[in-house]
Amino acid sequence: MTRLFISRDSTALSLGAEQVANAFAQHTADRGQSVQIVRNGSRGLFWLEPLVEVETPNGRIAYGPVQEEDVASLLEAGLLEGKSHPLYLGNIEELPYFKNQNRLTFARVGITDPVSLEDYLVNDGYKGLKNALALQPAEIVKHVTDSGLRGRGGAAFPTGIKWNTVLNATGDQKYIVCNADEGDSGTFSDRMIMEGDPFVLIEGMTIAGIAVGATQGYIYLRVEYPHAKIALNQAIEAAYKNGYLGENIQGSGKTFHLEVRSGAGAYVCGEETSLLESLEGKRGLVRFKPPLPAIVGLFGKPTIVNNVISLASVPIILDKGGEYYKNYGMGRSRGTLPLQLAGNIKHPGLFEAAFGMTLRELLYDYGGGSASGRPIRAVQVGGPLGAYMPESQFDTPLDYEAFAAIGAVLGHGGLVVHDDTTNLADMARYAMEFCVEESCGKCTPCRIGSTRGVEVIDRIVANVDKAKNTELLRDLCDTMLCGSLCAMGGMTPYPVLSALNHFPEDFGLHPAKA
Amino acid sequence: MQDYQTQQATVLEILDAHRTMPGSLLPILHGIQDTLGYIPPAAVADIASSLNLSQAEVHGVISFYHYFRDTPPGKHTVRICRAESCQSMNSTALENHAKQVLGIDYHETTADQAFSLEPVYCLGNCACSPSITIDDQVFGRVTPDKFDSLLAKFKGA
Repeated sequence: MTRLFISRDSTALSLGAEQVANAFAQHTADRGQSVQIVRNGSRGLFWLEPLVEVETPNGRIAYGPVQEEDVASLLEAGLLEGKSHPLYLGNIEELPYFKNQNRLTFARVGITDPVSLEDYLVNDGYKGLKNALALQPAEIVKHVTDSGLRGRGGAAFPTGIKWNTVLNATGDQKYIVCNADEGDSGTFSDRMIMEGDPFVLIEGMTIAGIAVGATQGYIYLRVEYPHAKIALNQAIEAAYKNGYLGENIQGSGKTFHLEVRSGAGAYVCGEETSLLESLEGKRGLVRFKPPLPAIVGLFGKPTIVNNVISLASVPIILDKGGEYYKNYGMGRSRGTLPLQLAGNIKHPGLFEAAFGMTLRELLYDYGGGSASGRPIRAVQVGGPLGAYMPESQFDTPLDYEAFAAIGAVLGHGGLVVHDDTTNLADMARYAMEFCVEESCGKCTPCRIGSTRGVEVIDRIVANVDKAKNTELLRDLCDTMLCGSLCAMGGMTPYPVLSALNHFPEDFGLHPAKA
Repeated sequence: MQDYQTQQATVLEILDAHRTMPGSLLPILHGIQDTLGYIPPAAVADIASSLNLSQAEVHGVISFYHYFRDTPPGKHTVRICRAESCQSMNSTALENHAKQVLGIDYHETTADQAFSLEPVYCLGNCACSPSITIDDQVFGRVTPDKFDSLLAKFKGA
């Protein structure tokens, strides 16, 4: 039977993948053709979605972007045999955008049926867990430490150190919490993993549990991701049924339980301590640190809180060893980062690469420049709390330290591209406004500072006491940066100050006087 | 607005189903909103007594989270992404268009109860901005024209 692959990824669905899949089912049935339609994840070449792939002796041949009305002509032209058509793209894996990636964490995404355990197993799934079950807890942690993996959520804290703290903490109960509250604009790699290969996250969390002696895990998932919730729950059910979750995992005597919990639309709950408060059923107020969640975490017990991509990177580290993973990357940024190209960009999508590429290569060689065809003016990297980088900084290598050195952040690897029609004073104002909307309210610099920030920017733009108010804005940013409890208030100055420093003309300021 | 007496059995049933769950308040609130469409203010007393919390604490949680609502929504809920990626693809024009076509602002419901309009901050569909959701369906690259045809489709549904 011929196999067709049509994505169930949210972005593919948002462009009509469901209708395309239905049309293929209908048309092939009408023609008496026998096909199996697999609803895979997405390869991440989103300008080509909805993408249809057919399995042939020459590999998987792709067509895209396909709309419902193209289906009849595609079948007529011989899509099932991989024949030519105006939407023919050839072997998907030979396209430069796909071919030139280092797909470690995303190795299976877009290739397998995300909720088929069988598919996962034949594509190297659960090899990491098998190895982990044969190791002592400290040896598992050592592999993660050796890999150089740093938290992919934004703060970039070494994962092995966090795990070691929980391993050595005492408690009758420990927890693994997956931070799946991916709220940064321009990021969708967590969503793509959860929709496209949920088992890799489940396996990573199970390994974490076995490594530190935690028997219960929670995935705190943002409510904006309904398709991810469905895929995760389908995969969790299959894992329980087949002895990969629950008591006595694969006959090892080890226990790990896993549950998905929904957030309720609060950006600040992506901060680890407010996430824990939310999981406990409270308002997502940020906690003072110390104590660290590794020592006093969920319900007061030692807890690992890791981002989706960090946990999803663990299976390959345990499969191939820490050294293998470490061989990718540069400096102290090891392994790969799933970069997400979004906003005003011709070829938006997910590009997993070893650290060290420059922004310019990514934007032009792979992203193809802006979608509007106008010059790219600024790129915001690392979400709404990340800096706006001007063209003069596009040669910065994608590396945590190189970004920090110029007052920028790599964060979760999201890039939002803006062309020359964007006004950066508007974006700076929006950054403050977003902080007003999303501040948890616990600390004054964030709660009050953001409100005052909007007002001060309005005065600068309205030309009221321009010099004095610009100085005041810088002073306010300094207070927020140094005085806020968490990154919400502490990093809102990044987009604001970068806009002010690199694009003063948008504030009506003379470049030299900004 | 419905009388709470007709809804109370549902609320009590949801409370009972979550009795042994640790950190159960958010799952309970989701359960109520999924079933009734909103969290009736009168339910707060029942939730509080079931969880041994004060009514102020429960109210504080409901009001903290953007997703929870204490009034009934329209038949369909339209959410427009206001985040940076969508802004870079001119979501501001789309927002203005939507408000004008629907004749309402954010957090309001049309007079015929057909649509509620809510802002949302990132749908993870940033590769195809601007994005909106209508109920549980996400739509990408939404132009004002596409918005109008989606509304027409949902209006009949």
